Amino acid sequence: MNTLIEATTTRANPGIDPSLHIWGWEIVVYLFLGGLVAGIFVLAAALELRSGEKPRGPALRLTPFAALALLSLGMGALWLDLAHRLWAWRFYLFFHATSPMSWGAWILVLIYPVGLLLGLGSLNADQRAWLRGKTPGALATLLETFFGWADAGRRGILLTSVVMGVSLGIYTGLLLGTMPSRILWNSAVLGPLFLASGISTGAALLLLLPLDESERKTLLRWDAAAIVAELVLIALMLLGFATSGETGQWAASQFLGGPYTAVFFSCVVVLGLLVPLLLEVVEAKRHLPFATILPVLILTGGLALRWILLTAGQHSAFRFLP
Amino acid sequence: MATSRREFIQIGGAGLGAAALGSGLTTKWWGLDPDVVHDPGTDGDQVIPTFCELCFWKCGVLAHVKDGKVTKLVGNPEHPLSRGKLCPRGTGGTGLLYDPDRLKKPLLRRTGKRGAQDFEEVSWEKALDFTAEKLLKIKKVCGSDKVALFSHGFGGSFFKHLLFAYGSANVTAPSYGQCRGPREVGFNLTYGASLGSPEVLDIAHSRCLTLIGSHLGENMHNTQVQDFAQMIAKGGQLVVVDPRFSTAAGKARYWLPIRPGTDLALLLAWTHVILNEGLYDRDYVEKNATGLEELRAHVADKTPEWAFTETTIAPSTIVETARFIAGSRPASLIHPGRHVTWYGDDVQRSRAIAILNALLGSWGRRGGIFVPTQMSVPKYPVPDYSEKAKAAQDHPDGVIYPFAEEVLSHGVCDATVPGRITGKGCPIKGWIVYGSNLLQALPQRKNVEEAIQKLDLLVTIDVLPAEIVGYADVVLPEATYLERWDDISPVPWSEPYLAIRQQVVPPMYESKPGWWIAKELAKRLDLGQYFPWESGEQLVTERLKAGGHDVERLRTKGVIKGTPVPVRTDEGLELTFATPSKKIELYSKRMADAGLPPLPPYTRHEQPVDGQFRLLFGRTPTHTFGRTTNNRFLSEVYSENEVWLNAKAAKEQGLANGEVVTLVNQDGVRSQPVKLKVTQRIRPDCVFVVHGYGHTNPGLKFAKGRGMDDQTLVTRIAIDPVAGTTGMSVNFVTIEKTAGTAATDRPLSPGGAAASRAEA
Amino acid sequence: MGASSEAVRRGGAGPGDEPAGALPHRRYAMTVDTRQCVGCKACVLACKAENDVPDGFCRDWIVEEIRGEFPVLSAEIRSERCNHCTDAPCVKNCPTGASHVNEGGVVLVTHHKCSGCKACIAACPYDARFVHPEGYVDKCTFCLHRVQKGLSPACVGVCPTGTLTFGDASDPESSVAQLLRERRSKVNHPESGAGPNVHFLV
Repeated sequence: MNTLIEATTTRANPGIDPSLHIWGWEIVVYLFLGGLVAGIFVLAAALELRSGEKPRGPALRLTPFAALALLSLGMGALWLDLAHRLWAWRFYLFFHATSPMSWGAWILVLIYPVGLLLGLGSLNADQRAWLRGKTPGALATLLETFFGWADAGRRGILLTSVVMGVSLGIYTGLLLGTMPSRILWNSAVLGPLFLASGISTGAALLLLLPLDESERKTLLRWDAAAIVAELVLIALMLLGFATSGETGQWAASQFLGGPYTAVFFSCVVVLGLLVPLLLEVVEAKRHLPFATILPVLILTGGLALRWILLTAGQHSAFRFLP
Repeated sequence: MATSRREFIQIGGAGLGAAALGSGLTTKWWGLDPDVVHDPGTDGDQVIPTFCELCFWKCGVLAHVKDGKVTKLVGNPEHPLSRGKLCPRGTGGTGLLYDPDRLKKPLLRRTGKRGAQDFEEVSWEKALDFTAEKLLKIKKVCGSDKVALFSHGFGGSFFKHLLFAYGSANVTAPSYGQCRGPREVGFNLTYGASLGSPEVLDIAHSRCLTLIGSHLGENMHNTQVQDFAQMIAKGGQLVVVDPRFSTAAGKARYWLPIRPGTDLALLLAWTHVILNEGLYDRDYVEKNATGLEELRAHVADKTPEWAFTETTIAPSTIVETARFIAGSRPASLIHPGRHVTWYGDDVQRSRAIAILNALLGSWGRRGGIFVPTQMSVPKYPVPDYSEKAKAAQDHPDGVIYPFAEEVLSHGVCDATVPGRITGKGCPIKGWIVYGSNLLQALPQRKNVEEAIQKLDLLVTIDVLPAEIVGYADVVLPEATYLERWDDISPVPWSEPYLAIRQQVVPPMYESKPGWWIAKELAKRLDLGQYFPWESGEQLVTERLKAGGHDVERLRTKGVIKGTPVPVRTDEGLELTFATPSKKIELYSKRMADAGLPPLPPYTRHEQPVDGQFRLLFGRTPTHTFGRTTNNRFLSEVYSENEVWLNAKAAKEQGLANGEVVTLVNQDGVRSQPVKLKVTQRIRPDCVFVVHGYGHTNPGLKFAKGRGMDDQTLVTRIAIDPVAGTTGMSVNFVTIEKTAGTAATDRPLSPGGAAASRAEA
Repeated sequence: MGASSEAVRRGGAGPGDEPAGALPHRRYAMTVDTRQCVGCKACVLACKAENDVPDGFCRDWIVEEIRGEFPVLSAEIRSERCNHCTDAPCVKNCPTGASHVNEGGVVLVTHHKCSGCKACIAACPYDARFVHPEGYVDKCTFCLHRVQKGLSPACVGVCPTGTLTFGDASDPESSVAQLLRERRSKVNHPESGAGPNVHFLV
């Protein structure tokens, strides 16, 4: 008798009603590229830390620069999303410890010098010579100074790169995860999940490059680990929702029978995670390289994960609880 | 702090330092970049009092004017009708003033049938000359009584004066014959006084308020709703009789979802119980009323069990509510309603309400109906009307409605069609229409259109291109209430006061105030001596001065107040009644003498068959029917009507919430496409829409095509034999799914169905 | 951003702020009497007029809820707005310091500090914020510019039913505090944990 049967509101604010739609493709692209770049930082640095030697493939040596370019693209998308674009500099007059967005803004700035040093240090003699040839005389001393820093503190730079990569990856998830008002984002798992997905998509991107065989094998192994981690984290997220109160159960239901079930499980879980994982196992056992299909599936899955979570999350507010 | 800056740069990496520096720069630390309380700057340089015209209640407003623009309107705290508060419409006056669709210049019909949008913009000179010429011709050929004025709104007074001077008594408004007429007649017959507008109800002090189809809160008359809320705040209780779960029903102790058309059965049964159980106010009735024994005999067989079969209200509920209502007397008020033209026996139903109030002793009592007082302002000296006005021409079929106190618009409309008028041949030839959209206000649209096509002259004086404007020969654009002076007129109320309508900003475009239009017409009709004032301002100030009133205070504060007098018995009022017997006439000898039932008889009205629904219509708080539906500001919260249909009935009909449907009435007349609101809030044998939508005039660029017009479907009427008023809730519709879409999902279409969620 | 029309005040909270006590300790709050509200929307329109809210947007709104089944029904009507939460997620999530806590705990946005990143919109449990067409995020201000002049918020001032009461909840003598003591009340979505300060009297 006491069930709510009719609810009407006079509010129809653009972007807010009938359900929140403030963030669109720009943020999806940004979250995706941010994760990807985070992954590249972690992987590139970890590969070198592990082997103790600089990347063998010439392409891999340039990845830090490519990562910075991709990050710039992502930041461009982020900037496009701002409603007050000319006021973007306001991010940099303030640091707010409780705002992931504020952390992110500063991480994005700090990652550039780190990436630059990581990249410069990766270059071999030929590449350095080429770069020196292209550098105007006035900046030549500066370049040499940078080379000096990049080589002298290599281990420190590699470790910093891992830390920065992990920070960036986790932050893209925490950005959503710290909004208690969006029931579907309200999970601490989102940070590690986005990091794992970032590492996986980063690896996928690297796998598209011409690689040294041992590097490829290592990346495949790490990617498989990242995918397993993602699966576990997704399971934990859903489990967390399903075993918590009314709001959490409603959130879980969105993926377990609700409107996002089909797209989430097909695009993210099966095509983006399980199939690539299977292919990696097959490649490892049978030595059958799936050169292009595997990375493309992973990248698509990573993009889908962010797109679905961003959309579903915006549609999950307290007011939609039954 | 300066050192900390240096330290930061030294310690952390450059980035972290920058972050900290940035944080510091922000700088609550240094006070360079403080938080701000933004002032939207809508306070006026000038604040000018006037009173509202978004509806007809006349609440005092304060207009904030900044750089020559009205920035906002707020309630005048000194005004007895607004008490500093406003209904949503009051705030929305700016939406009328700055409506881009306003009539901007006088228009003259070029060619074509009335209704064809073929006008040319002309000078005032030309428009007025044309109008006067036609009026003079009608007077010469057919007589001055062949012109009628339909007038709704405060500014109409100048045109009423003009018409009387011209020599016609055909001054009418649908607000009587299509709205509150039967109530006034019913109360007049019973008490010798009617209720007027604003209604003289002391709801604030009621302990029990009974609403019969009256939906306070949706019907948003400011003071009345203020009182209503005060009553609730003090613990007053509501009994709501309504086929629809109205806003008021949602607050009621008892909601009686009555079968439409049977209210009189319930009223008689309540009377039966109250008399039978001796719950009435014996002393009051003995002292003040006549005809109790006849009433007792009349309701002897009107038992709750009998009423149940008519009303579908359980006998036990009828008994319980009767006891509850009587238990709260005398501060127990049966609300007389406002729009009461429903089924054709509306005077009798109003009589039953009046009688019940008498049994409760609520007339003249605290929490009941008060006896108003008013200030006086001397008339401006003008000559007597030279032309002796003949009887109004509103009885074309020869039937005289003995108790009609005002001219019937519907009758005037009939008297315009040749052949219908009895006696001498000439039908009405000219209509002057002031602020009344007759095509949405009068029933039987076909008749109205036929009458319009027979006219020699149709003049409209309006602010917006309502449908009737599209049928005019001459369109005279009036300035809005914020741009003009109107006459001064005391309002009967519980405290005596005078309020002023003065110009807040100069008229926009080429619009002119009503006093100017009437005066200019009068000049051309050789009636200039009736309009001796130079301006509205002069007229008002002279009258006020002649009455010894404080003009300056009125101009600056908007209100002056007189000496209070008792308006209720607890304040010392002695009850008197202006009836032939000088008492409350429970039994009406006057009606008996006129061959009408002297006590309200119950008439069983036709009910819809399966698949049909009775069409009911009403109000939304944000609009004054079609008058405001083009107001973009008000439409921010309600922009189109929707048809309410019971959820179970919808299921049977295979209809879903939000679907676009067409209503088809018993005569095959179709409505515009309209959205369906499937709801638990209404009985399954009727549908409900908000009146005033479905505009067709292309000049109403915002409102055109939004929602449906209910009046188009009122092709059947039930004329009240007592007052000649037209019962209109006697039309039945079926519901068809509409292929295509209604004019929905426009940029400004919040609220209602658009935002409504789940439907069980 | 015409500086002339802005009353400039220091913020009342936030890191590195001036010591508390520079401003009187007030806790502005509102009560909404659902028994009295008829959902007429006078509050919505008065707010729009007072604050020059752009077409198509609103800072306050009316929610109507119907429960039950014909003919046994109940209704609740609420006038809703920003809750000026004690622990406001929007302020916490603002990266530029535009969203801040002002006098009496009123949550405001400084227009020229806002980059329009919309993090605060996503963070708000009540969806009370929106992006103003001029690019900054906007919402109910409790009409602090009026309150500072000793006036009531526009919605409270206009309300014909006396549904809305505004005042300092920390002052036991205030009508708001009295109503909260004497009447049963609730808040929207208490599970948000934000500590809303708009209370609905039932």
